[in-house]
Amino acid sequence: MLGLNRKDLTLFLVVLGLVVFAPFLLNPFPDASGLARFNAGYPDLMQRFVIFGIFAIGFNILFGLTGYLSFGHAAFLGIGSYAGVWMMKLLTVNIVPAIIASTVIAGLASLVIGFICLRRSGIYFSILTLAFAQMSFALAYSVLTPITAGESGLQLSLSDPRILDGAAGNSIPAVNFFGITMRDGFDWAMGGWVFTFNFGYYFCATLMLVAFYLSIRIFRSPFGMMLRAVKSNQQRMNYTGLNPKPYTLAAFVISGMYAGLAGGLMVAVDPLAGADRMFWTASGEVVLMTILGGAGTLIGPVLGAGMIKYFENIFSRLNERDLNAMFDFLPDGLQGAAVAVAQMFVGDGWLLTLGLMFMLVVIFLPGGLVEGGQRIARLFRRKRPARRGPDSDRRSPQPSPHPGE
Amino acid sequence: MGILEVKDVNKRFGGLQALGNVNLSIAENSVHAIIGPNGAGKSTLLNCLVGKLIPDTGSVLFDGQSVLGRKAHEINQMGISRVFQTPEIFGDLTVFENVMIPCLAKRDGPFRMHAYEHMMDEADIVAQAAAMLDEVNMTDKRDMHAASLSRGDKRRLEMAMCLVQQPRLLLLDEPTAGMARADTNNTIELLRQIKQSRPITMVIIEHDMHVVFSLAERITVLAQGSPLVEDVPENIKGHPKVQEAYLGHAA
Repeated sequence: MLGLNRKDLTLFLVVLGLVVFAPFLLNPFPDASGLARFNAGYPDLMQRFVIFGIFAIGFNILFGLTGYLSFGHAAFLGIGSYAGVWMMKLLTVNIVPAIIASTVIAGLASLVIGFICLRRSGIYFSILTLAFAQMSFALAYSVLTPITAGESGLQLSLSDPRILDGAAGNSIPAVNFFGITMRDGFDWAMGGWVFTFNFGYYFCATLMLVAFYLSIRIFRSPFGMMLRAVKSNQQRMNYTGLNPKPYTLAAFVISGMYAGLAGGLMVAVDPLAGADRMFWTASGEVVLMTILGGAGTLIGPVLGAGMIKYFENIFSRLNERDLNAMFDFLPDGLQGAAVAVAQMFVGDGWLLTLGLMFMLVVIFLPGGLVEGGQRIARLFRRKRPARRGPDSDRRSPQPSPHPGE
Repeated sequence: MGILEVKDVNKRFGGLQALGNVNLSIAENSVHAIIGPNGAGKSTLLNCLVGKLIPDTGSVLFDGQSVLGRKAHEINQMGISRVFQTPEIFGDLTVFENVMIPCLAKRDGPFRMHAYEHMMDEADIVAQAAAMLDEVNMTDKRDMHAASLSRGDKRRLEMAMCLVQQPRLLLLDEPTAGMARADTNNTIELLRQIKQSRPITMVIIEHDMHVVFSLAERITVLAQGSPLVEDVPENIKGHPKVQEAYLGHAA
């Protein structure tokens, strides 16, 4: 079905299920309970999950398949955002032209940047992309302020022309998709739980599913195979009559367009584009997401994006009072010590948690969270009585070596 | 005129004359070996044939067209395939994918953006690759990672990848270097079969005299960058100049 084989179709349906039922799955704790702060089922965070999912899926097409580690992909995210806001300012607050423009303009930018950066490979390529991203950041922050509004960030205003909407009244109209505003939604209270269904989330989620589907098709296509060949052996590729350059450039542009789409969606749910979106830490974040989830795997980047965004938003909001409440069961002296230690890892210290987690994953699970899942699955399979004999394990496909090895 | 014509090729690296006035004519559908002691310029000559090095003077014509200054993939598209000293294969990919890639390259040229089809839907390519794997007796290994193959199988796979493109000229750079005797003999046998089953020209650069005399129909001996003798194997064996080049003046 859908041109996918059974395994890929199952994976796609699992992701579809997760995305559709996310408002339930991410809200496992009743609202009144103390654990409710670990719930992630509110629109703002769910939107971030799927938007950064798109970003990471696109990045994985470049890094996971061709092995070219771009350290400047946030530039395309930012370019997409600015393009999106400008479309809303100039044409209409309907998000369709904004999203199309984000994708196309980020694609054009990645064509130019990719053409230059892909003259080198390995570490030099990474440095070149990083340089371009930092240049874009500097341009957006100070040089191109008429276009980017510099420090304050580009946002909608009453004086925008909005050619298609016509002149508005006294207020800026809400960003919408053919009349449905992105903030639209409803709450559904059930027992102690409140589930929030938000149109903006489902809109982004639909596009993420499309992006995910396209990435499966690319992975399984002859083009995807050529990209893996680029990573594996460029010398042989050359002597096989193939030119690796256009292949890598195409992968670069595709992943740039994914990043642009993600940037466009970010302004579609919150019409504000700032230069900090292009800062190099943002580029690093998508690298972390992809490696944490499993570079070169289909679902890995989505998992990685979800994981990092969860920690960023949940752990960073815990404070001393929450910790005191959590360690309430301990005797006084111990409670104080436990809180003091735990405090380093929450609030502003969430990056420390992330760093530790990243180290653990890279050291013990070089294939990322996906490898962790595979190992657990294998453990369960071994417990069942082996009917096919000891040979069966050897015939199953071996995990592909990690790019770092 | 031969399929490959090397005329007055000179190549100098600083003070070292790597190739001096090399003239070579390789007849179509023959097996031509180039031998010579270390430093004789064999690899330099090969690199000139595949466009990796550009000679200072002279010309290299394949089927009447110059190969000089062309990129590796363009030279392959002209009909020249190359086997490396250490097998160059796509280690992260499966054996079957390794053979599919050259099929696609032959059909679609250096670049084609077919990102939406499924690999296995390319029926003609799948059939071609399967037939080739069958010919080199590797059908049972088709889903293995190429990197996990034995050295001999890697060589076999690399040959399959070259042959599936039906090249007119196959360049082999020490195809048995570092191989055990049994693997060497298997490779010789494979090359014989290949030669018998299709019209193909082979140029072999080799150290191992056993391989050379088992396969070659014609041999060129290089010494200090220049061709010393060119003849059929029987005459090369006892040629005094060859023995001198290999063993020094005392012989």
